[in-house]
Amino acid sequence: MTVTADVRTGAATHCPYCALQCGMRVTPSDVGATVEARQFPTNGGGMCQKGWTSAELLTSPARLTTPLVRVDGELRPANWDDALGVITSRLLGIRERHGADAVGLFGGGGLTNEKCYLLGKFARVALGTSQIDYNGRFCMSSAAAANIKAFGMDRGMPFPVTDLAAADAILLVGSNPAETMPPFVQHLPQDGLIVVDPRRTPTAEQAALHLQPAPGTDLALALGILHAVVADGHLDESYVDTRTVGFDETWRVVARWWPEHVERVTGVAAADQRRVAAMLAAARNAYLLTARGTEQHASGVNTVGGWINLALALGLPGRHGSGYGCLTGQGNGQGGREHGQKADQLPGYRKLDDPAAREHVAGVWGVDPDSLPASGRSAYELLDVLGAEDGPKALLVFGSNPVVSAPRAGHVAERLGALDFLVVADVVLSETAAMADVVLPVTQWAEETGTMTNLEGRILLRNKAIDPPDGVRSDLDVLHGLATRLGQPPERFPAEPEAVFTELRAASRGGVADYSGVTYQRLRDGEALHWPVPEEGHPGTPRPFLDRFHHPDGRARFVPVRYHGPAEPVDAEYPLIATTGRLLAQYQSGAQTRAIDELMAVAPEAFVEMHPDTAERHGLAAGETIRVVSRRGEVAAPVRLTSSARQDTVFLPFHFAGAQRANLLTNPALDPVSRMPEFKVCAVRLEPAERNGADVDM
Amino acid sequence: MSTCDQAGPRRVVIVGYGMAGARLAEDLRARDPRGERVSVTVLGGEPHLAYNRILLSGVVAGTMSRRSVHLHEESWAERNDVDLRTGTAVTTIDRAARTVTLGDGSQVGYDALVLATGSRAWIPPTEGLLTDDGELAPGVVAFRTLDDCERILAQARAGAPVAVLGGGVLGLEAARGLAGRGSNVTVVHPVGHLMERQLDPGAGGVLAKALTEHGIEFALGKLATRYLPGDGLKLDDGSHLPADLVVVSAGVRAETGLAEAAGLDVDQGIVVDDSLRTSDQRIYAIGDVAQHPGAPSGLVQPAWEQSGVLADLLTGADTSSRYRGTSVITRLKARGIDLSAVGDVHPEIGSDEDEVVCLTDARRGRYAKVVLRDDRVRGAILLGFPDAAATVAHHYDNGTPAPSDRLAFLLGRALPDEAAPAENPATMPGAVTVCKCNNVTKASLVDAWRSGARSTAGLAEATRATTGCGGCRSVVEGIATWLASTD
Repeated sequence: MTVTADVRTGAATHCPYCALQCGMRVTPSDVGATVEARQFPTNGGGMCQKGWTSAELLTSPARLTTPLVRVDGELRPANWDDALGVITSRLLGIRERHGADAVGLFGGGGLTNEKCYLLGKFARVALGTSQIDYNGRFCMSSAAAANIKAFGMDRGMPFPVTDLAAADAILLVGSNPAETMPPFVQHLPQDGLIVVDPRRTPTAEQAALHLQPAPGTDLALALGILHAVVADGHLDESYVDTRTVGFDETWRVVARWWPEHVERVTGVAAADQRRVAAMLAAARNAYLLTARGTEQHASGVNTVGGWINLALALGLPGRHGSGYGCLTGQGNGQGGREHGQKADQLPGYRKLDDPAAREHVAGVWGVDPDSLPASGRSAYELLDVLGAEDGPKALLVFGSNPVVSAPRAGHVAERLGALDFLVVADVVLSETAAMADVVLPVTQWAEETGTMTNLEGRILLRNKAIDPPDGVRSDLDVLHGLATRLGQPPERFPAEPEAVFTELRAASRGGVADYSGVTYQRLRDGEALHWPVPEEGHPGTPRPFLDRFHHPDGRARFVPVRYHGPAEPVDAEYPLIATTGRLLAQYQSGAQTRAIDELMAVAPEAFVEMHPDTAERHGLAAGETIRVVSRRGEVAAPVRLTSSARQDTVFLPFHFAGAQRANLLTNPALDPVSRMPEFKVCAVRLEPAERNGADVDM
Repeated sequence: MSTCDQAGPRRVVIVGYGMAGARLAEDLRARDPRGERVSVTVLGGEPHLAYNRILLSGVVAGTMSRRSVHLHEESWAERNDVDLRTGTAVTTIDRAARTVTLGDGSQVGYDALVLATGSRAWIPPTEGLLTDDGELAPGVVAFRTLDDCERILAQARAGAPVAVLGGGVLGLEAARGLAGRGSNVTVVHPVGHLMERQLDPGAGGVLAKALTEHGIEFALGKLATRYLPGDGLKLDDGSHLPADLVVVSAGVRAETGLAEAAGLDVDQGIVVDDSLRTSDQRIYAIGDVAQHPGAPSGLVQPAWEQSGVLADLLTGADTSSRYRGTSVITRLKARGIDLSAVGDVHPEIGSDEDEVVCLTDARRGRYAKVVLRDDRVRGAILLGFPDAAATVAHHYDNGTPAPSDRLAFLLGRALPDEAAPAENPATMPGAVTVCKCNNVTKASLVDAWRSGARSTAGLAEATRATTGCGGCRSVVEGIATWLASTD
């Protein structure tokens, strides 16, 4: 693409959407701003339709530009002072009546590092509540926990994304980057791409080999392929001996999952399992990458553990040119899970229950370590008790739309409705904001400066490109204003991003995710800094595991994992499997992308994708509206036929609102370790759309 | 020894430390990790740790080490609070006293006794296979235990003739493993086609041909009448088969001696009900030694399912748990051969009640037969159709209707709805999406060209095609070239 000279005068920033954080340049214009792709290693100068159209939201009529306060059941414009005043007095009142934990916070994986950090500090210091978690719990938590178990550290991709180009084989599990992060596809090999996905996605269509397991059976598949690796003589014994521990115990479990046995559970041919083992073993360089499809399960941690075991048996992690990585989803899915908006966490990927961590962070914050609350509830558990006897009575939501994105969304909306007081800070009037008592209009990516940590663990600076509309404030500003009104010294909650980042650096110093050597200046100078960056002179750590893993003995851990299958098996009453996912032209809950006409023209509404035989058996034709019913709710959407679909599975995209929310169906069964809900598989049945809309509240 | 210890956990004693006994001990501990409900004692006749019999053909083929087939590591019993005694034969059961007596004369009391003694190789009455004292003659090895595998490996030399007695699953797996190691293998099978329990004659024939490609020879419909050590076998048609080694895989017999002596109901195996109970209410049997109408013998899947049910019952984790039988899919684990068979495969094309879909490609070692009734899979043989095997088995297991496109069903992969974008830019339909990242169709590229974007770069700027992953660049270039040629 030709880039004209005047475009170069715009601000270098990054796309507002996914974790690939494509480099873009934003230039003010008569209509607001224009965006252009720019050369950056992750996107190589490319950008998908979401990126190209991202500027539309800056000036969209859907944009909020004034605070709204609910009066007599109706959201009415208010000035900032009044809005912040209402919030402060209501929070103080609720805290006085019910205690500090009666106020909860819900953050997001799209927020900048500065916001995530300040949100965690705001909860623990200004509100004194333990009740904070964020939507990243619904994204990265299973991979994060499995990474920590195996490697002692969770950096989604412990290598730059451009390393993938040297691979002869890549096994991509539960990921559809051709739709979810299209420019990423340029890093995948022409041959040697193996895709595991219950759907024949556009990514799977590009693969040399596509394995199509029944949803929820990925762990069994990982065991089968690992079995084939060992049985067919592909085990990298010297690597296993020198760089890992725990193989023997793991093998005892894997030994019971020979490929033919796995075939019966997954539906994936034993021959294909062996072929994958052989392809990966024969490659000089190979990668195994996982994403939400295999992670968003009540057994997500074990499932990712199973894939990591496979990567270890092949000797991939910690070798230049090979490895295991997880593809982070949300824009700041990586940084968002490092700096304290998570229920059990303090900045620098520290644990809230670690006395040394509390001491260090409390020191940076200038508070007594004992004043820091203990760990709180995980995202779904927090949403599940809103307004209940022992749950929060008030909730502040930043950068998230749980009415659409949380599992069992009908119930979550009901819980939000049971709150005494709900505050939502957002760019548009999302479905969650529409329920709020106070809505705060906040700035967008191009209107503010801040850092993001992309899927490679590289810290990026998004530079402010244009002025926000009048009446809009940044999230940092909001936190500053609230904290001050709640009696905190103003300097403790700076609204200036670089000041917050300077504090974050100190708080993260010595932690696993150590940012202390990162400065805005170094980022402006174009340095490629992957954490940990423990000193200002430190070049960063693009490939942290080359010499040793992050466990004290330097070795990676094989973790024996057992397969149990989906939390909600199909039965006579609910005989089909429903799985959910994303479309190219929409993003997450759709709050942003549904406001963009060009994207809505491509993907205007939800649909139920199924095999023609499945449709025929239900007497359905393409385009006909159908109700998909689970034990938790139902969705009404038109039928779409795809002969590559599994006959036992229907698929729904999860970007849409109202009666088209796929998450009305999903199962909130949680992973025992990560507390990840089982988004990717639940039991449903199809019913004719006799009635209008859903019979679930909200 | 106390027989009615009311205090403390119930004493479960498992006789046999093979795949069934080992699994039951694990299943009990999974349901009762702290040993509050049951104590677990395992008495194993062999001196070594339990091993995974499924992997033995891998040992013969040389892809599995002895160590890697063990089910447990040394510390397993201690870590799981299991009283494991290996090398301990049980000589008698005293049902009245509720004790078992061990080879050394000591006794172990039980509240629940589980017999998981498995089965042993059956040696056909061919003259000379056994010595006068009942041992296998020199040069004769059964194919049943881990020790058998080691004997086979020690005695089979590359280039030397080996006879395998038995053309069933295990015999063929042993034959394939030995052929892969360079032995000249001949399979002697008394029936006219291989694996007659699972295959129809057509499939048996194609299988024999496929195995012949791997260097294995066959003597079908023939019995071995006499064995001469160092020489070979004499067959019932008078022919002679040289063999330095004879591997016997002619079937198994349940190890029912202990149960018979104790007066339990025994037929082919120890008769059990859906609770896995024998004719004594306190004695259970699982695995190969048990005889349940829904459980085919000689396979691990029924043993594992029985173990799960029995663990539910013995720990009280689920007292409604019952074993109703196992639907078994036979898989031949032989390198280069992909065979699965399931259900009733005997109906022929033209059957009134059943729909039979059949495809024979003998030259390439492929044979497929699917028997359907009301769209449900009743039986299938799939040789050389690995993808179909996976999907057919899935439909068989779940009782789900088979795809209406029977050809796609046999191929195991759905045929795509639309062909890939035509390579020829001139004939490509306008509605084809060329750039998926930016939803750009061929028609919109043509429009952009006509509006003045007369280069690939110009088309990219006008439509954003190629500006995502870049995968469509060559197609867009092709369209640009074609448009230039039409101007």
